[in-house]
Amino acid sequence: MNDTTQLLRFITAGSVDDGKSTLIGRLLHDSKSIFEDQFSAISKTSEKRGMSAVDLSLLTDGLQAEREQGITIDVAYRYFATPKRKFIIGDTPGHEQYTRNMVTAASTANLVVILVDARRGVLVQTRRHTYLASLVGIPHIVLAVNKMDMVDYSEARFNEICAEYLAFAAQLGLHDITCVPLSALVGDMLVDRGDNLNWYQGATLMELLENVEIDHDVNTTDFRYPVQWVCRPQTEEYHDFRGFMGRIEAGEVSVGDEITVLPGGKTSKVKEIVTYDGNLQTAYAPQSITLRLTDEIDISRGDMFVKADYLPTVAKEFEAMLCWLSETPLDKNRKYLVKHTTRTAKCLFSSIDYRVDVNTLEQHENPTVSMNDIVHVSMKVQSPLVFDHYQRNRASGSFIVIDEATNNTVAAGMIA
Amino acid sequence: MSNHLFTHLDALESESIHIMREVAAECKNPALLFSGGKDSIVMLRLAGKAFRPCKFPFPLVHIDTEHNFPEVIATRDKLAADLGERLIVRSLESSIAKGTIVIKNPDLPRNPYQSVTLLETIEEFGFDACMGGARRDEEKARAKERIFSFRDEFGQWDPKNQRPELWDIYNTRVHSGENIRVFPISNWTELDIWQYIGRENLHIPSIYYAHEREVIRRGDSVIPVSDLVQPKPGEKVEVLSVRFRTVGDVTCTAPVESTASNVDEIIAETASTRITERGATRMDDQTSDASMELRKKEGYF
Repeated sequence: MNDTTQLLRFITAGSVDDGKSTLIGRLLHDSKSIFEDQFSAISKTSEKRGMSAVDLSLLTDGLQAEREQGITIDVAYRYFATPKRKFIIGDTPGHEQYTRNMVTAASTANLVVILVDARRGVLVQTRRHTYLASLVGIPHIVLAVNKMDMVDYSEARFNEICAEYLAFAAQLGLHDITCVPLSALVGDMLVDRGDNLNWYQGATLMELLENVEIDHDVNTTDFRYPVQWVCRPQTEEYHDFRGFMGRIEAGEVSVGDEITVLPGGKTSKVKEIVTYDGNLQTAYAPQSITLRLTDEIDISRGDMFVKADYLPTVAKEFEAMLCWLSETPLDKNRKYLVKHTTRTAKCLFSSIDYRVDVNTLEQHENPTVSMNDIVHVSMKVQSPLVFDHYQRNRASGSFIVIDEATNNTVAAGMIA
Repeated sequence: MSNHLFTHLDALESESIHIMREVAAECKNPALLFSGGKDSIVMLRLAGKAFRPCKFPFPLVHIDTEHNFPEVIATRDKLAADLGERLIVRSLESSIAKGTIVIKNPDLPRNPYQSVTLLETIEEFGFDACMGGARRDEEKARAKERIFSFRDEFGQWDPKNQRPELWDIYNTRVHSGENIRVFPISNWTELDIWQYIGRENLHIPSIYYAHEREVIRRGDSVIPVSDLVQPKPGEKVEVLSVRFRTVGDVTCTAPVESTASNVDEIIAETASTRITERGATRMDDQTSDASMELRKKEGYF
């Protein structure tokens, strides 16, 4: 790792039977990211359970409750690095709370590795994972056809699975998909190529993770700058200083650029881009900066700076896809809170239009909304939000719903 | 991002700044936990990047076990003074005096008792959010920790009852009496911390660099000789070149043998090390497979 190392966040999707934990364990092990004390702990456990080889899947076991029940209950994050990239893996379990956990982990991911068992091919759950990946807008998909050792490393079988998968994915409008054959158990085509898949000319899984182009995963054209905090030092040295602190969520900004402050609509020019390390001429997403303007306008947290060339929508009503996360079902008679960028507002659901069956992709009308449900809703907020369609801009198209009574986060929303 | 290289350190830094600003904007009375250790020194630099030229919108708070390395306490005081920020120190001794901590064996590590004084300090000042420098790569119970980690009135962490965290939209809401712990450097690893210390040229206590020290060997660990740790009969005092990878309670923080005397050498060593940071250095985490998880449930970080 050096000064040019990039950060890639990815998740893996698949059931326990697909060898997901083994795949993660293998990536960590073969990239020498497993420490000796961790390895010795799982070796002991494997021996205790009477296994002949070290069970690499044990590496991704987390909490005591899981170890007792033998299941994973949540999203866990793992870290490893190669000379090219630092990786954050969002590890999601594969049982009934799957939708909620996968959506959570997927929300920050650049890439998803969807695992299928070469013997079983594309299953209902493969379609489910792919639909969720498309819903949350993960930019890159890798289909990992695992357990190639169980099908005699058959090229024909691999091609058959890929063709079926690509046809399905095209229906969802997904195109950036790479298929790779591998055996997580043996270690073929993960970090090392191995000797069994010589007919395959493509990249190993690790090469894919190291080289996938991610510079355009954030929207680089539509400048979006939600104000987080206003800095007024009121000291001798910084007598008139008013700095608007935030992170560029999309696009770029330069000194002299004309900006519009929404939802108010007043305009001004960028006077200075201030950082701890000195002023900048231009700043890009996702940098955290401080902006000073040439005019004194009333600006507070929740306002968004944009440029006139591509304006977001300012509205009190919108439609969205919602993933319900809470054990308590949605109550249409109640008001909730929505947190969108740096703005929080009261909201209500004016209609719940349909629920998507994540297995068949069929739409069911007039649904009740329980945990793990994906629904299309129409919402009203008390004060206007400044937003984009989620598919155009993840940062300004996403929101969470909070239940004021419990303060729990009850839903994840994507503006449609 | 065109024509502009955004490295993993840039990405981590920007994420941490964003988190700290969310805390400042949405929490009524936050605090930043600061011990003088390397992770909290990185946190202090990130706070500088997040809020300068303003003053920090929160005080620095240290829960002092009084089992600390003097170099670390000196660094703590100097950094707080140089920054001109308010430092609140609360000592375990005050809890012992009040009788809320009862120490059975004065020579044993005091980390388990820190939670008590921390919760008392939170109550004294009415903090609703405490930012800490814990990282998810430190320990497997931490791998599932949220960035905004919700605690009940007793400061307890319930791993089954945590709020899902999506995108970078953080739910900071708590009822009165409850509070949250916030971990802005959750996604940093030990190696990232060292690379950042190098890049930012941060001053850290000298004991992080290789130095000669009197130690005794107990089991697989080397233990520094101090006022609190003396050789038992039959144990031999050796002088070794060592450095500390973490600094905590003097009685339970073990150094590693090393000759790395500057940041570059430590980065090289960290990149090739085969033992986790806590596995190498924290005797208190090795008592059982789940010891960290149990301590976190009681209110520890």
